[in-house]
Amino acid sequence: MRQIETGEITRAVKEAAIAANYDLGEDLLAALQRGEQEEESPSGREIFRQLLENASIAGQERVPLCQDCGLAVVFVELGQEVHIVGGDFQEAIQEGVRQGYGEGFLRKSLCHPLTRANTGDNTPAVIHTEIVPGDRLKITVVPKGGGSENMSRVFMLKPAEGRAGIIDRVVTTVREAGPNPCPPIIVGVGIGGTFERAALLAKKALLREVGSPNPDPELAALEQELLQAVNDLGIGPQGLGGRITAMAVHVVMQPSHIASLPVAVNIQCHASRHKEAVL
Amino acid sequence: MSKTVQLTPPLTDKDVEILEIGDRVLVSGVIYTARDAAHKRLVDLLAAGQELPVDFKGQILYYVGPSPARPGRVIGAAGPTTSYRMDSYTPTMLQLGLKAMIGKGKRSPEVITALQQYKAVYLGATGGAGALISQCIKKAEVVAFPELGPEAVHRLEVENLPAIVINDCQGRDLYEVGTRMYRRSSETGVEPAACR
Ligand code: SF4
Repeated sequence: MRQIETGEITRAVKEAAIAANYDLGEDLLAALQRGEQEEESPSGREIFRQLLENASIAGQERVPLCQDCGLAVVFVELGQEVHIVGGDFQEAIQEGVRQGYGEGFLRKSLCHPLTRANTGDNTPAVIHTEIVPGDRLKITVVPKGGGSENMSRVFMLKPAEGRAGIIDRVVTTVREAGPNPCPPIIVGVGIGGTFERAALLAKKALLREVGSPNPDPELAALEQELLQAVNDLGIGPQGLGGRITAMAVHVVMQPSHIASLPVAVNIQCHASRHKEAVL
Repeated sequence: MSKTVQLTPPLTDKDVEILEIGDRVLVSGVIYTARDAAHKRLVDLLAAGQELPVDFKGQILYYVGPSPARPGRVIGAAGPTTSYRMDSYTPTMLQLGLKAMIGKGKRSPEVITALQQYKAVYLGATGGAGALISQCIKKAEVVAFPELGPEAVHRLEVENLPAIVINDCQGRDLYEVGTRMYRRSSETGVEPAACR
């Protein structure tokens, strides 16, 4: 058994939460640069330029990329050979979020759903833990903004609706979202599993490197078709009209019940922030 | 053709009437912030017959909840939040004389009608450009509801804050017009050239 101290986990989460909010990933920067080249609409190109400048100011001057520093979603892959010592595992993650949002000057955006009273420290984070082979602990912190999360949807389709039904719901979701989720967006699509699993798959789909092809040829083709359909909507950067509404569509699929076809669409704004740490 | 206009509140009907969808504006001077929680407080105060902490006549309201300022800085990231959450309060604010709002995302038909009725405009700032926009903010102070934290009403002094006219006081909507220009119907290929 390999031992990992909870203190190390807290530190890793804290650093990842801060880094994610200040430094945009290379894949996103490349996608924004491509957008600036390829967008036909002049105001769309101007938006891409602003977003590239925004990323450079955030990195250099240490101002968060976006004032909505998100609800921290934390994906954990815990190796089954790892023994966590020194305290409560979940609490170690929450403490990392607390410290990261405090020391990193990040906005605390969580509140009681009914009274709307702010929790004060951006906890509780939403934690998804999976036990995997090996003796490593992989933590990915994903600050998720409210604007794009609000435009996300889950559909329970009739199996007969099939591929066309999936495309229809993805396009409808993006159309209805319009300018609200800060396009250019990334669209995560989860197909199959159950009601809640589809949503989780859609969120996980957002973590894939933007611009990387889906290793499954069937899904790669579906992604291309979806991207084309979504971009044909003409919404464009910030909804001002343009060719690039989405920079990518990512699909993750798993078997479903014979009676069901769950489809989840998780919309991610251009501030697609996630940072990984491996202990 | 779209033009670039400098806007400094207080604004008059005339300042607003010349603005058309697609125009670029650079906002300078004093503006106020409020998100939905602050709007609710304001509307509740009005309903109770009490005085508001700010006179909104001729003013510009920015829908923003900034991130905390680092020591020595004016403000943290400060980009726009999604505006539809304020829609139900907006006609009341316009009645008070508010002349412009800065946010992101679609407004309701009621808001678009109220903009015509009260002669006001809705401006879009770039959502997610919080670091960039923070550079235009020269001074920030909380003027009401400090207990709301980032949602408190702030008084900001800004210089050349860039935005674009989304809804003008003639009932037009840039989101609709812009999207129509670039929409492609999957069945018929590209939309007719007249729309380009
Ligand atoms: S949708 Fe994303 S980019 Fe837009 S304000 Fe929210 S977190 Fe920021």
